[in-house]
Amino acid sequence: MAERSDTEEVKLLGMWASPFSRRIEVALTLKGVPYEFSEQDITNKSSLLLQLNPVYKMIPVLVHNGKPISESLVILEYIDDTWRNNPILPQDPCERATARFLAKLIDQQICVAAMKVVGKVGEERDAAVEATRDLLMFLEKELVGKDFFGGRSLGFVDIVATLVAFWLMRTEDLLGVKVVPVELFPEIHRWVKNLLGNDVIKKCIPPKDEHLAYIRARMDKLNLKSA
Amino acid sequence: MSSGEVKLIGAWASPFVMRPRVALNLKSVPYEFLQETFGSKSELLLKSNPVHKKIPVLLHADKPVCESNIIVEYIDETWSSSGPSILPSHPYDRAMARFWAAYIDEKWFGALRNFLKAEGEEEKKAVIAQMEEGNALLEKAFIDCSKGKPFFNGDNIGYLDISLGSFLAWLRVTELTASHKLLDEAKTPSLCKWAELFCNDPAVKPVMPETAKLAEFAKKIFAKPQA
Repeated sequence: MAERSDTEEVKLLGMWASPFSRRIEVALTLKGVPYEFSEQDITNKSSLLLQLNPVYKMIPVLVHNGKPISESLVILEYIDDTWRNNPILPQDPCERATARFLAKLIDQQICVAAMKVVGKVGEERDAAVEATRDLLMFLEKELVGKDFFGGRSLGFVDIVATLVAFWLMRTEDLLGVKVVPVELFPEIHRWVKNLLGNDVIKKCIPPKDEHLAYIRARMDKLNLKSA
Repeated sequence: MSSGEVKLIGAWASPFVMRPRVALNLKSVPYEFLQETFGSKSELLLKSNPVHKKIPVLLHADKPVCESNIIVEYIDETWSSSGPSILPSHPYDRAMARFWAAYIDEKWFGALRNFLKAEGEEEKKAVIAQMEEGNALLEKAFIDCSKGKPFFNGDNIGYLDISLGSFLAWLRVTELTASHKLLDEAKTPSLCKWAELFCNDPAVKPVMPETAKLAEFAKKIFAKPQA
């Protein structure tokens, strides 16, 4: 058996349909970092996962040289700090602050607002759609004149915002409600097309049909209305 | 890059506002403190933070930076050649600092705030139990991060010290109200030692609210309207 150096051992505990797990795969792939992927059953958590992330007991967890790191935004910054090629965050401190701000907006506000759209019906759903759209407008404005949030190439916010492009916007088909219509969000739609033209993104996002089937099955299980 | 006038929109009682103030002190950066009036939001605040309309907001040469921990990183990156480093230098240590800072804001602070709002003995007991669980985690985190040194960041206060330390005045007010020690020498000996050192740090002392004054303020803002 060939000798294996364990000084660069990278393992990712993740889940194929999770946006938080997939964004780590995008970052590692962008940097050309080889890694071992360990698919986790989140309905029946492994003892390894519980040992490596005792605080939150969630995926993704990156393990580098035996040391675990949890929380996707923390992991993304760790990856950028450790492998310095193809930087994910911009160099300028003001732009870095904006990138971090938008990432937090996506995860803590947009994601939560979008989940309410899925979980509610009728008037409550309409209100949730409005709230999500108000937040998405900040992303829409940020994209004016740019191919990606990162400028000419993929950056931190693009990676985090794949949650919007491939989870929120894919779920629209199943909900029968356009949360992100092209008339209101032309820049976001243009950006999604740019993402779909990118090899790393194409490689790292879940295949559409399987993904939609998974989301539909989850919605049925939770007795949520699907189109 | 570090030139230009610095202003901070904030309020004396806010733990989030305290964070950038400590950071600016560490870097010896002079700034104008624009105090908001409790209960109303200035035009400048609404214009500078249209997304959240919250303090603190740092204005550097009129460019706004929002979110307390993001501002602290911005300060560290912009005035990198001045004063000690606020974030640790090793990527893994940086990841641990960011992980625990996020835990403090997302979980630990929630429990503290619930305590201040809790009504009745049962509810208070439940929240105290939650807080003590969190404190035990932080006690361990301190031992892991400090590696025998006085602060989370080692010899000098840093990102995680600031993140947790900014809550100490509110923690003391909570202890007074509950007549119950939350940071106690038996259960969290390292954190107790750390808390005293943090409060006496020259960058912290001038901006740490006085417990008595804060207790009065807390009474006012949490007062129930008379029936």
